Amino acid sequence: MKFSLRFILSVIALLLASMCCTAQNATNILGNTNNTFGLWLLLFLCLLPLIIWIVSLIFKLQRQAFENIQWRKKTVENHFPEHLKNLDHNQILQFLKLKSNADKLENDTTSNNIILKNVIMLIFFSLISVSQLHAQNPNAEAPALLSQPGIIITLVLMAIPILLGVIFALIQANNSVKRFINRTKVKEAEKFAGFMETVHDHELEKELLKRQQVLEFNLSNHELSGTQKAEDVKGTIINVSDKRLVHFTQLKKKAVKRPILEPDITKLILWYCGCATFWLVVGTGIGEYLGIKFVAPDMDHVSWLSFGRLRPVHTNIVFWGWASLGMIGLGYYVVPTVSNTKIYSIKCGWIGLVLTNLMVILGTICLLNGMNNGGGEFREYIWPVMALFAVALILTLANFLLTVANRTTEEIYISNWYIVSSIIFTIIVALTAYIPFWQDGVSETIVQGYFMHSGVGMWFTLFTLGLLYYFIPQQINLPIYAYSLGILAFWTQIIFYTIIGTHHFVFAPLPWWLQTVAIVGSAGMIIPVVAATINFGMTFKGQMNKVSHSYTLPFFLVAVVYYFMVSLQGTAEAFKFTNLLWHFTDFTVAHAHLGFYGIITFTLWGGMYAIIPRLSGKEPAQHLVGAHFWLAFIGLLFYAVPLSYGATLRGMMWMEGKPFIDSVVLMFEFWLWRAIGGSLMFVAHLVFAYNFYKMTAREVEDVDIKEEAFNILKAQGKLSE
Amino acid sequence: MNVFNDHRKLYPIAGLLFAFLTYIVVIMPAFQNQANNAPLPGTAKLSGDAHAGKLIYIGEGCVGCHSQQVRNVEMDKMFGSRPGMAADYANIGRTSFWQNTATLMGTERTGPDLTDVGNRQPGIDWNLMHLYNPRSVVAQSIMPSYEWLFEIKENPSNADVVVNVPQEFLNGKKGKVVAKKEALQLLAYLQSLKQTPLPDGTRPFEFLYKRPIVELKEANEGGPQINGKALYAANCQACHQESGEGLKGAFPPLKGSNVVNGDNLELYVDIIMNGYDARPEFGAMAAVGKNMKFDATQVAALINHERSSWGNTGKKVTTDEVKKIMELVESKVTASKK
Repeated sequence: MKFSLRFILSVIALLLASMCCTAQNATNILGNTNNTFGLWLLLFLCLLPLIIWIVSLIFKLQRQAFENIQWRKKTVENHFPEHLKNLDHNQILQFLKLKSNADKLENDTTSNNIILKNVIMLIFFSLISVSQLHAQNPNAEAPALLSQPGIIITLVLMAIPILLGVIFALIQANNSVKRFINRTKVKEAEKFAGFMETVHDHELEKELLKRQQVLEFNLSNHELSGTQKAEDVKGTIINVSDKRLVHFTQLKKKAVKRPILEPDITKLILWYCGCATFWLVVGTGIGEYLGIKFVAPDMDHVSWLSFGRLRPVHTNIVFWGWASLGMIGLGYYVVPTVSNTKIYSIKCGWIGLVLTNLMVILGTICLLNGMNNGGGEFREYIWPVMALFAVALILTLANFLLTVANRTTEEIYISNWYIVSSIIFTIIVALTAYIPFWQDGVSETIVQGYFMHSGVGMWFTLFTLGLLYYFIPQQINLPIYAYSLGILAFWTQIIFYTIIGTHHFVFAPLPWWLQTVAIVGSAGMIIPVVAATINFGMTFKGQMNKVSHSYTLPFFLVAVVYYFMVSLQGTAEAFKFTNLLWHFTDFTVAHAHLGFYGIITFTLWGGMYAIIPRLSGKEPAQHLVGAHFWLAFIGLLFYAVPLSYGATLRGMMWMEGKPFIDSVVLMFEFWLWRAIGGSLMFVAHLVFAYNFYKMTAREVEDVDIKEEAFNILKAQGKLSE
Repeated sequence: MNVFNDHRKLYPIAGLLFAFLTYIVVIMPAFQNQANNAPLPGTAKLSGDAHAGKLIYIGEGCVGCHSQQVRNVEMDKMFGSRPGMAADYANIGRTSFWQNTATLMGTERTGPDLTDVGNRQPGIDWNLMHLYNPRSVVAQSIMPSYEWLFEIKENPSNADVVVNVPQEFLNGKKGKVVAKKEALQLLAYLQSLKQTPLPDGTRPFEFLYKRPIVELKEANEGGPQINGKALYAANCQACHQESGEGLKGAFPPLKGSNVVNGDNLELYVDIIMNGYDARPEFGAMAAVGKNMKFDATQVAALINHERSSWGNTGKKVTTDEVKKIMELVESKVTASKK
């Protein structure tokens, strides 16, 4: 009964949900169309379990009746030997007692519930007739009404009590049949009792005694335990505690202790990650403020806080300050580790860190003062500022290359193909885009498409893939699925990703052949994306239970899923029709956040949670990592899904030639959702910053009493070293 | 594989492949474009003020929300009379030694495209009010206010450009809003944004992805009312407002207007096509109809919309009537020019 109650509740909940959906559909999208097939189907599916229940009850009724008929076909006396064979322990005792005493017992049970039965039958029929009335009335409505979602929902809601009534009636009918059968059984029991009194068979009694002994046999429950006392000779069980904690969340595995890295490289990596975390909070705080400005444009009228100036400040800080520093920081761990050697130069790392930070600070000051390179996305820092980053990159490249050259392993691990190549490519990209002697007219746009796309694809994606190729196998503790897929993905990524920049300017006055190449290349991106996803996916295969026991693997899993989804979304966005629909709308903004946040940022978080506890020896509080993960994950969905939906509606409006301002009004609620999602993401970053602090902060350590006691003894000279 | 185990082979090969592809898809086409492009004859050079205004436009990051490219697709037709061409951008070089070339094509349209805004929205008063606070003229706008391009003066001199900002947008400040030099420079730049007409006899590229013809027909025959409303929203509403009441001291009301409801159709059509500056208490109206190349169907739809909205009760006009009057007005204008 509990089950059915739960079931009914869930059906009602489903119905309510579908009502909400359809009410919205009816007003927003469907309008007055008669396309209600989907709704009918959905509601039918909701009622289906009830109908199945009814059918099963009917079958049960039938089966009972059939069995009863079969049972009656035999004469009563033929049943008795079978009864005797199936007596249980207690019944045997009673039978033997009966035989030894030879007393006569009277057994009289009569039940009289004929009246009750009649009443129930009456209710059953009345229910059926009432239900027929109910079912017929609404169905008799004019057929046009049946296409109205409101009518359909009402019909189904009314069907629920009717069907429940039918079910109740069927249960009662079943019971009546059972009672009827029971009466015949009672009669048979009377005859069987008479038979038992009269039967005299010593063989039978002996047989029954034996049977009774068999039934009485019981195990002692001590068969497997010995008599010796348990002792833990090898010391495998330590620190046994009777304290039992109630866990509301899955208990995650602690980081495996590794030989501690040398303090100087540890310090460098922690500083990279720390600076990155600082820029993450600053950059997304600005982003959050920008998101709010969409719904409250008169928040301030201060020049250097205006939307146009802050927008590039936000994008560039998260690009160069957060993600680039974070990636390079993790690179300083991964590159020497997979080369099985030490990093070539710590000093180069420090210079790179200072230069990159300097670039972000100077670039931000420039932008806030209205010094913008020319408005090209991610190319807003002027070249003297960007030159600092170029120097940092060249130093990093030299450092990593020499480290790889000094490797003690035979092969170069995949991670290092990706990471080192990505730095080489980025230097080429930056030089091409920033050499201040060319790019007149649309040449600037040709370079811009290449720059912003390669900035994403060659710098962030390639580097991040390198990190994933290290962290996923390392955290799962299995080798990567296939080197050959890695090779395929690597070369196709270079070939296709390089040539697709112009897909940001489809239909713009750029050479058509470039646009065609870009669209074809975008389709080609399917190859590296699918290859890499299969590679990661197959590494995860069969290891999913490890995901729920680890606090780093969920981050990597999300990154892989987003890598697949967002990259293919990018392919779809490059087609001509989707360019009409989505280009210039916030769909691009949503896509950029899905990619940059879902892939890059989640990978960086996973990587930092994986290595920082190793470097510092301190773990973050597990539930705070969980809070960070879920806030970021849900926040991103709140950010991106409504924005994509609204942007699609906006694109449709533009294609219909509606007045522009109408499309601004349309977007308001979606911008509001974006601000809400953005707030969740920002809170997640605050939690992350706190976790980072807890992982790295120097706290007063607990005194280990035992260790201290030995130290005291040593100090007193009572114990030699 | 040997290549993958030797850093002296792997990285140079990957780097060269990338550099080669970069040359093919970026460096070569970009240089080709630079060498083989020239601005259209008749392209106006940016004036000193307009150039300074462009620097402000770049610095304020306007490109983050406003594109400057009319794609060769039908849906972009509302932003220009012809699709953009590489030649339109050919006279744009590096902004300065420090700053890159700024074609400002953009990738986002949170606000409308501005390629041709000098034709579409030339009104000085409207633009300055809009820059001071966009919501003073377009209630639903979410564009930032550029208050710092203006100053408040108790007693503006004759040389000052005073902007009639409604009191509610002054946030309690006393005095008159006066445009600073920067505001006027930005305005000059915005007014300079006009598509250069093609040399005589050259036909522009066609807009692709035309809307289904059925729909266009409907708009013309069945529902001039709807069409007129959309036209009004796109071209007139920014000044005369959705309510038709205009803005006091800036733009006259159309609700209950004698011109709209009266019988002087010639004056009415003349104002729509060629603008109006006869009333000192209001700003000058630009030649909206001429700039946007309205035809008789559109003008008739607009007139009918304005005559039947906000309680107006003017006589309905037909396309033919308007066509005749448009020809008359046109001949008078050319006559007066001679």
